[in-house]
Amino acid sequence: MRIALIDYGAGNLASVRKGFAAVGVDLESPDAPNALDRARGIVVPGVGHFSATAALGEQWRQAIVGRVNAGVPLLGICLGMQWLFDGSTEAEDVMGLGLIEGTCTRLEAAPPLKVPHAGWNTLVHLRASALMAGVAPEAHVYFTHSFAAPVNVDCAATATHGRSFAASVERDHIWGVQFHPEKSSAAGLRILRNFADLVNL
Amino acid sequence: MLARRIIACLDVRDGSVVKGVNFQNLQKAGDPVALAQRYNEEGIDELVILDVTATLEARRALEMTIREVGKELFIPLTVGGGIRSDGDAGAVIDAGADKVSVNTAAFTDPGFLTRLAKRYGTQAVILAIDAKRIDGHWQVFGRSGSWPAGRTAVEWAREAESRGAGEILLTSMDRDGTRAGFDCELTAAVASAVAIPVIASGGAGTFDHFLQVFTEGRADAALAASVFHRSEHGVSDLKTYLAGNGLPVRLPC
Repeated sequence: MRIALIDYGAGNLASVRKGFAAVGVDLESPDAPNALDRARGIVVPGVGHFSATAALGEQWRQAIVGRVNAGVPLLGICLGMQWLFDGSTEAEDVMGLGLIEGTCTRLEAAPPLKVPHAGWNTLVHLRASALMAGVAPEAHVYFTHSFAAPVNVDCAATATHGRSFAASVERDHIWGVQFHPEKSSAAGLRILRNFADLVNL
Repeated sequence: MLARRIIACLDVRDGSVVKGVNFQNLQKAGDPVALAQRYNEEGIDELVILDVTATLEARRALEMTIREVGKELFIPLTVGGGIRSDGDAGAVIDAGADKVSVNTAAFTDPGFLTRLAKRYGTQAVILAIDAKRIDGHWQVFGRSGSWPAGRTAVEWAREAESRGAGEILLTSMDRDGTRAGFDCELTAAVASAVAIPVIASGGAGTFDHFLQVFTEGRADAALAASVFHRSEHGVSDLKTYLAGNGLPVRLPC
């Protein structure tokens, strides 16, 4: 298995699969946590409610954290990125993976701004990130979310909707993007290809 | 800054794109896959596929069309028309839709929007409102504009928001296909009443109509069909015009 796509029964796996296929990478969805041992990279996709991640259960959590601690690159997308954090006020009884410090909170945008933050927004790059290599600094990417991660030391790029939030995070071989690269046209496909390169495929 | 979205709509019947005026007299306007590819190249922000006769003729949105259109498309795709059950929604999402647009079933099945939002997230649930001005009120219609729902647009939009809709697709039946401009008054009334994004639809004819609906109409996104189909106005020209008038839009890099 080259890159594993984690399936927790919510979210549109087909789009992420199709996006990676367009850059020459076939994703596999392991049916059991121990199958992750063979993965050289892990993608955690997601849309929807933070509580959906609870469907994965403790064995999956341990398997994913174990592989990441063993050096396997991980990319979290949207809800999958929020799950990298300690948790979210969207579902306070559901634990995140705790790989990145902090808690996701709801975007509170005053009119005329709307929540969910839905549409194409630009990024402010705080530092160079291998995941963003070759992506034009002024490129728009597609967001659709109501909760967002805090800007902390692991934040590589921010976006602003009412407040500034983490649009991408990077910590060692852990990456996360709040936007949907699989829905972000050419810029997004470049990001998916960059992740495949980081996995060394 | 969040860009104002330009959305192209493909009204599809039997695998072909059709377009009518005031919801009547549907005529063939092209191949959905070819149109989708052209719009994508021109920098369209999203695509909507509406199976326009699905509800009337008890037909499900054509999954084949969705798959074909979605094959080389890496932007958000919404599908509507005849989405009446959890199974209908699941089928189009499995075929590649990111969002489903619901109209009639939101009336006949009051728990529908909430169930979809729980299952797929509110961002995947769009309530389509078809509204027509009658005696000074915007009355809402279901079943492709043929069934008066007995609701007004603003109160229905608010209720849908509380039930879990993540966006409102608001179509003025009076303006649909007329190219007389969006109904900015209707759009502003709904956009100011809800906290979720509102997509204005119906009546696009000129670049200025888009500018008006984003300013006066307070729309978060604007949707058009025939104005793009006939390629009189390229999507990229429209965006350049809007950017020149100070609106944030996504221009190709």
